[in-house]
Amino acid sequence: MGLVFYVISFFAVGGALAAVLLKNLVHAALALTIAFFGLALLFLRLDAQFAGFSQILVYVGAVAILVVFAILLTKGSEVPKQGVFSKSWFTGLAIAAGVFAVLAWAVLRAAPSLPNETATPAVNVNDIGNALMGRYVLPLEIIAVLLTVALLGAVIVAMHEKERAGQS
Amino acid sequence: MIERLDQVFVILKHWLLGYLPQSWQTPVGVVISVVCIIGLYPALFAVTTVLERKGVARIQNRLGPNRVGPYGILQPMADGIKSLTKEDIVPTSADGVVHFLAPIILVVTVFMGFAVLPMGRNMVLVDMDAGLLFYFAMGASTELSVFMAGWSSRNKYSLLGAMRAVAQMISYEVALLLSSVVIVMMTGSLSLVKIVEAQNHYSYGLPHWFIFTPWGLAGFIMYAIAGTAETNRSPFDLPEGESELVAGYHTEYSGFKFALFFLGEYVAMFSISGLGSTLFLGGWMAPLAALQFIPSWIWFFGKLFVSMAVFIWVRGTLPRLRQDQLMNFAWKFVLPMCLLNLFVAGLWRFMGDGWLRWVVCSAILILAYVSIGREGMRRKHFGPRSYRYAE
Repeated sequence: MGLVFYVISFFAVGGALAAVLLKNLVHAALALTIAFFGLALLFLRLDAQFAGFSQILVYVGAVAILVVFAILLTKGSEVPKQGVFSKSWFTGLAIAAGVFAVLAWAVLRAAPSLPNETATPAVNVNDIGNALMGRYVLPLEIIAVLLTVALLGAVIVAMHEKERAGQS
Repeated sequence: MIERLDQVFVILKHWLLGYLPQSWQTPVGVVISVVCIIGLYPALFAVTTVLERKGVARIQNRLGPNRVGPYGILQPMADGIKSLTKEDIVPTSADGVVHFLAPIILVVTVFMGFAVLPMGRNMVLVDMDAGLLFYFAMGASTELSVFMAGWSSRNKYSLLGAMRAVAQMISYEVALLLSSVVIVMMTGSLSLVKIVEAQNHYSYGLPHWFIFTPWGLAGFIMYAIAGTAETNRSPFDLPEGESELVAGYHTEYSGFKFALFFLGEYVAMFSISGLGSTLFLGGWMAPLAALQFIPSWIWFFGKLFVSMAVFIWVRGTLPRLRQDQLMNFAWKFVLPMCLLNLFVAGLWRFMGDGWLRWVVCSAILILAYVSIGREGMRRKHFGPRSYRYAE
């Protein structure tokens, strides 16, 4: 494990906690970026270059920016006067704990069935490309269709809003 | 002798490392390379600022800086001393921590990009398997620092500038990525060293650079447009359009923090030019087989300076775009052309050798270029210009 692992984990977990606990929404979004970076560094420590750099490119470069844009465009950037905890915080906590429990159970169950590799598997970008275009081409296409649908949906939602604004 | 001159920096580094114990050599070697990169590019930045101010002045029929030193070449020294001694003003309502971090993050992420650029034969800091992806990951992180700067300043001009900058960078980043993907398709590698090696052969004394193919030329043009927009250079410099937004997202920065922003943006230009010449112009390769005796690093930095000259020339020549023109151009022209270029590159790959693929690929690209351009221009009405307030 080593010291580097703990430093990176500290940043990832700390960033995620700050994202939940900070009052200012933009600060929370920026803290979330730190968590994304921490995750990317963890991937890189596992020699997963493609996953690590994709994490930075997609999450820091696009998702974080989108989050920040959404906050600014919806005027949510003012710091709330009262606390940041909503009334249904207990339900939220219960759902989050439930999801975490299911995921943890699945991961722990799956771990023994994996081959116990001692050497680092040498996976390069070429292999990932071949796998995506060969064995996993169907999931890839399904994700592509899903994203296209989401994109069209977002455009339609935005257009509808504009029309209504024009009528009033 | 020629071989020695080509590898002079590599040999120098090994000679220095020879004095150290075995276990120290790797970390100290990395530190030496990093220090060289961090020292070299700001020095180039200083030289290029003078060239830019002189060049733009010539285009605008002025003299430019001519007071400090002979012909004004010591101007960057004066600028550096000035920015170091100026008071660092932070607005009272600004968000202190974010305001402080933004220029640092910009400079750090911009310099990270140089880690994977091969600056000569055997002169690359890390030869990564996913080098190109690393470069784009770092490039994507600069957007966040621009936003941080604009938002934390609590100034409407800063925020507007930052929003413009981020919207523009996101739009053109798609084009930048897609125009580079063509190269990855043809070489089958994301490593920049391998991409240069794939172009490293000559026939009839002429190089096999990717720009000398139909898809390469189209890709290079798209890359140059997207790269100019990505670095917020004129004619895409709306985020800091001084006639509308004071100075955009760095309005509220003064002293050395402003200098850091300036440095970051300028070094990003070097970096994007370096990547462009690596991808399309053969990196450190000589343009003619007969010129191979000149060291490889001279060619790399020569190409860098030529593209900087083009940047300066374009800045002095073209007027600034309007925001809607900018977005329309990105999504309705550059993006479809990039997607078509991907298709053409695939076609080129599977049509085999021969002259037929040259004709077919060029024809597809030229037809698409003309028809998209015509279609875009058809709805525009160009009459005599009307002035609302000036008549």
